[in-house]
Amino acid sequence: MSDLVLDALSWVLLSLGGGFILVGGIGALRLPDLYSRLHAASLTDTMASLLIIAGLMLQAGLSLVSLKLLAILAFLLLTGPTASYALANAALQSGLKPKAEKLAGNDAEGVE
Amino acid sequence: MILVFSVFLLSLLVITALAVVRTENLFVAVMLLSIFSLLMAANFFVLDAADVALTEAAVGAGITTVIFLGALALTADQERYGRQASRVGLLVVSVLAVLIIYSTFDKPRLGDPDAPVHQHLAPWYLENTPVYMDFPNVVTAVLASFRGYDTLGEVFVVFAACIGVLFILGVAPGGKVLERDDQDSGLKHHLIPQVVGQLLIPFIVLFGLYVQFHGEYGPGGGFQAGALIATGVILYALLQGETAALKAIPRPVLMGLVIGGALLYGSVGVACMLMGGSFLEYSVLHSNPIKGQQYGIILIEAGVGMAVCGALLSIFHAFAARPIRL
Repeated sequence: MSDLVLDALSWVLLSLGGGFILVGGIGALRLPDLYSRLHAASLTDTMASLLIIAGLMLQAGLSLVSLKLLAILAFLLLTGPTASYALANAALQSGLKPKAEKLAGNDAEGVE
Repeated sequence: MILVFSVFLLSLLVITALAVVRTENLFVAVMLLSIFSLLMAANFFVLDAADVALTEAAVGAGITTVIFLGALALTADQERYGRQASRVGLLVVSVLAVLIIYSTFDKPRLGDPDAPVHQHLAPWYLENTPVYMDFPNVVTAVLASFRGYDTLGEVFVVFAACIGVLFILGVAPGGKVLERDDQDSGLKHHLIPQVVGQLLIPFIVLFGLYVQFHGEYGPGGGFQAGALIATGVILYALLQGETAALKAIPRPVLMGLVIGGALLYGSVGVACMLMGGSFLEYSVLHSNPIKGQQYGIILIEAGVGMAVCGALLSIFHAFAARPIRL
């Protein structure tokens, strides 16, 4: 019984993670400028890796595999947001302005 | 299921390759090549070639990208149009493509147990690795001992490539050069990458050492370990500036690693000859032939790791030290 519950829970987590990746992918394609795309991609990516690895750990049970997955999760949680920060920072430093600023500057006219 | 995944990965590979050809921005091309390598690594992994996957991920997606970016920093980042493609070229390429695709029909199917590759030497390797070496990773046994000559050749190629790159890039360019202010080099003023990077570097190097010394038991070995350790040091150079990285591991040490690695490999072979065996016949290194094989493999893997790590770092520093031409 508890096996079934664990299995169901892990699949719920895995599907949720997949859903987050899908939403992030759609956002990265559909949103207007780099910063909002990055926002969509990076936030969902962090959440999805958390959910998927949690789901996989439930599948693996208490074993060495779970420990390895935990290490991978720690690595992803550290590097993912850092990479997003570095990307956004590099874009800002090379002079790419967020679109929102343009909108605020000349009201509604700035919409492309 | 695995077939669906393979087809998915392979079609992504084709799409990425086409995108690399089509893009005119070289920076984008470099990033796409990195993605290509990562997909390729996943592909190798699906085909159960974990050792190759590890190499492809570390070298192809990691270090090659950094070296490409270093090269891009010295040149323009937009492709310059050359002569328009000729019809003859298209014709030659199409004929060759048709020929190659036609010839694949003669290939045995993927995973066919009757394929020549599974009939000839592979069963012997699989059977005799436990007998001669007594460790599970057949890839390491084949690479380091059964086909030790090939790997020696590869190490010498790495050595020669490193020397060649240093010869080409070591020449000071003519014309005005932009003096690089070392204060700006590296990401010293960016707290987040700084902190996270510093945290990760020891683990990257530790993982490299694990891959180096665990190569007999799991996927890994000198090539992968050398690339991983070099990645850690390059990350340090990107964070702290090139001067700090050179202070940590100075150029003579790097050259010593390259030369010493190749020399170590070669001298293990000579030592085998002196002890009464033939070149690279490790069994004579110890009274117990199995122990001898294991010692020999550990030594030559160390040589491979040293040579690869030193060569990759020397090439990186050669690119990074080159002044930007105005």
